[in-house]
Amino acid sequence: MKYALSFLAVVVLAAVAWLGSQVPGMSYIFGVAFPYLAILVFLGGFVYRIVQWAKTPVPFSIQTTCGQGKSLDFIKHNKLEAPHTNAQVIARMALEIFTFRSLFRNTHAQVHDGPKITYESSKWLWLFALIFHYSFLLIIIRHMRFFLDPFPGLLALIEALDGFFSIGNPTWYLTSAGIVVGVLFLFARRIASTKVRYISLINDYFPLFLILGIATTGILMRHFLRTDVDITAIKTLGVGLVTLQPTIQVSLSPLFYTHLFLVCVLLAYFPFSKLMHMGGVFMSPTRNMKNDTRENRHVNPWNPRILPHSYAGYEDEFREYMVEAGLPVEKELPPQKDEE
Amino acid sequence: MSVPKLEQLSKSVVKGPSLATGAVPTKDWMEIPVEFKPGNYAYPAKKEKVEYLNSQKGLHFPNAREWSPEDDDWKLPEDWKDIILQGLKERLDKFRSLKIFMDCCVRCGACADKCHFFLGTGDPKNMPVLRAELLRSVYRNDFTLGGKILGKMVGGREMTVGVLKEWFMYSYQCTECRRCSVFCPYGIDTAEITMMLRELLHLVGVGINWILEPASNSNRTGNHMGLQPHTFKDNVDFLVDDVENLTGVRPNVTFNRKGAEVLFITPSADVFAEPGLYTAMGYMILFEAIGLDYTWSTYASEGGNFGLFTNNETMKKLNAKMYAEAERLGVKYIIGGECGHMWRVLHQYMDTMNGPADFLETPVSAITGTKFQNAASTKMVHITEFTADLIKHGKLKFDKSRNSHVKATFHDSCNTSRAMGLLDEPRYVLDHVVDWVEMPEGTIREQTFCCGSGTGLNTDEIMELRMRSGFPRANAVQYVRDKFDVNMLSCVCAIDRATLTSLNNYWTPEVGVCGVSELVGNAIVQENEGENRANLDEGLRTLV
Repeated sequence: MKYALSFLAVVVLAAVAWLGSQVPGMSYIFGVAFPYLAILVFLGGFVYRIVQWAKTPVPFSIQTTCGQGKSLDFIKHNKLEAPHTNAQVIARMALEIFTFRSLFRNTHAQVHDGPKITYESSKWLWLFALIFHYSFLLIIIRHMRFFLDPFPGLLALIEALDGFFSIGNPTWYLTSAGIVVGVLFLFARRIASTKVRYISLINDYFPLFLILGIATTGILMRHFLRTDVDITAIKTLGVGLVTLQPTIQVSLSPLFYTHLFLVCVLLAYFPFSKLMHMGGVFMSPTRNMKNDTRENRHVNPWNPRILPHSYAGYEDEFREYMVEAGLPVEKELPPQKDEE
Repeated sequence: MSVPKLEQLSKSVVKGPSLATGAVPTKDWMEIPVEFKPGNYAYPAKKEKVEYLNSQKGLHFPNAREWSPEDDDWKLPEDWKDIILQGLKERLDKFRSLKIFMDCCVRCGACADKCHFFLGTGDPKNMPVLRAELLRSVYRNDFTLGGKILGKMVGGREMTVGVLKEWFMYSYQCTECRRCSVFCPYGIDTAEITMMLRELLHLVGVGINWILEPASNSNRTGNHMGLQPHTFKDNVDFLVDDVENLTGVRPNVTFNRKGAEVLFITPSADVFAEPGLYTAMGYMILFEAIGLDYTWSTYASEGGNFGLFTNNETMKKLNAKMYAEAERLGVKYIIGGECGHMWRVLHQYMDTMNGPADFLETPVSAITGTKFQNAASTKMVHITEFTADLIKHGKLKFDKSRNSHVKATFHDSCNTSRAMGLLDEPRYVLDHVVDWVEMPEGTIREQTFCCGSGTGLNTDEIMELRMRSGFPRANAVQYVRDKFDVNMLSCVCAIDRATLTSLNNYWTPEVGVCGVSELVGNAIVQENEGENRANLDEGLRTLV
């Protein structure tokens, strides 16, 4: 139900762009106004969210250690999993961000007769998440072709590597397949795994379909409906957009506007959704802090002044018993008065 | 409460209609209200305990009253909803962890089958992601743009009494063990979520007795058990007698002694109940063997800190005694005994809350000369670090055969492993004193499973729940028992010693529980023990 709604939402968005962009005069809105608006919302929203997080204090150092901390000389310190210096933290974070190290650890637990529980390594999510994210990144880099003039050699190299297998004409990019396969796996997993299906929200399905829509329209333009896509005109628009002199010379195909509009929706949706995990992953206190809390003091900016129940109060309450038990006291018992 | 027979629960864990074993709930989780019945909730805090805590400076425990989770009316304050939402807002502004964890989850589900509560109960709301969603849904509704506009469409929901009840149910079906955090790609730590849920609930007077009574005892008498100074001393003195009877050497023990070099603090359970008593005897034998100049304190007679399971203010107040007492006695540094959450508080909170401890010195072992640089700021050393260092320098003489009645395995406490990185010190110590084996991979070190009854859930009225949530741990113990004839589960946590005993009694009755220091105490050969030392068939547990 939730995925059907999300799918429908993306179809409606696509239809709006397809039809809307063909209304005379609207091409400027879809080609220029929306992209600018989307970029503004994206950048503004992204920065706003990061600033909001950064402004919130980290009162305690609560790293999750996933290995031996630094202690005695003869105990082997796990530098990556219980980092003790900034460099080690950076290394840990880099592995997390570039290789999804925590997901790599993933296990699948199963309860069997007996009863017995087994844990086996389960790397599917890690593998497809990696394929999906790297494909996405490379696709974004490839698209710089439309915005940069002249086109840097390094990017051309990436493009060449991406099309390494030279399948089809024009060449299929590995990442085009990668992103589709990645998204489809992530979607299939959401549906097939009862646990994940149960926790999924519209907010989980919608971005998947949105990205799938973007990838599909892109692939259609490059490989199947190429005839009415004027690449030169698109590049003119792209370069115009980044140099703030946008022009739309010829009428571009509705497919292109659909692609572009879905990208705009994604950009604008990004800062207000779970997609912000892109920024959040850098800021998680359990991962980006050092495990040196006993060695170096961490300061809490709002540390309240709270004193313990005082020793004096404690002794006052129990002094008699303490003296009787031979425990040292700060204040002796008052001399006993004779009873009348 | 009656606990189902082993056979019955064994079947139910595997075949029961649960999400862990494949049954799919027919309703959305938001549509399933919680139902309290005897056995599935811990008893509410006694009115007088809440009142006492509320009377303490710096603490805030309002709305003390008689109430029952089974009643429809929880006697909440009239403006309870505002209190909760305001409390949430305040905490979102104070803890980046909370804010990030509210915003960044992508619901990938990597955490789902990592939680011992989920594996044992199969209740979907025990998946860490969903436990967080219980709070996140309210956050989304009231604190995010999308939620304010689209509400339920995007997974938001109103704060209602039903939601509050659900929070109570599930924040006390989480032991803040942080196993899920190891597997989360963003390191989302459910312990943080649970801590916040519990803090919020305390704002409207919803808490459990098994936590608030020890917390209030600890504040007043210095320890969870409520042992007054003379009783605490008596208890330790009994152990001194026992050690003398068993080993022929009487440990020299002092209390509240000014000018001692070291203050020793351990969980009070170690001087109060089996099997912790034997661990305490182990400490004494160790300190006697090396002639350490140390003292116990009756005022700071608790290592554990139930404030961690309550709120930040209580945690700080209870913890503050350690430094206050160290300063009053004029010791140089502190040694801490075997305790899980005590060390979490020490490692991640103490110095921040109550430091800098500049009246103490960076710990230096007078026996080996080792400077504990890793404790340069807190000035507090873990007993297994201290022991490992002694062993490395050849300062201890062991007769491993004195542990020949033991085939051990080692349970990493969630707190010392995942919140501290203390993994190899206890193993190094074990290597020298006993024959032992590891439990299976995936259940040890940073992936260790909780005892199932931590964070103040070791109370008898929820025994079935405890046996379920401890099942993954017990199952690993069972594996090494069957394969290697393991008969002893060693650990470095007092709550573990208490709760794993119940757990093993249920699932693997042949396996006992002990502290690592007990095994050290068994194996130590003391210079002056001579012919007086009896031949102890069961180490310190031998009856003489």
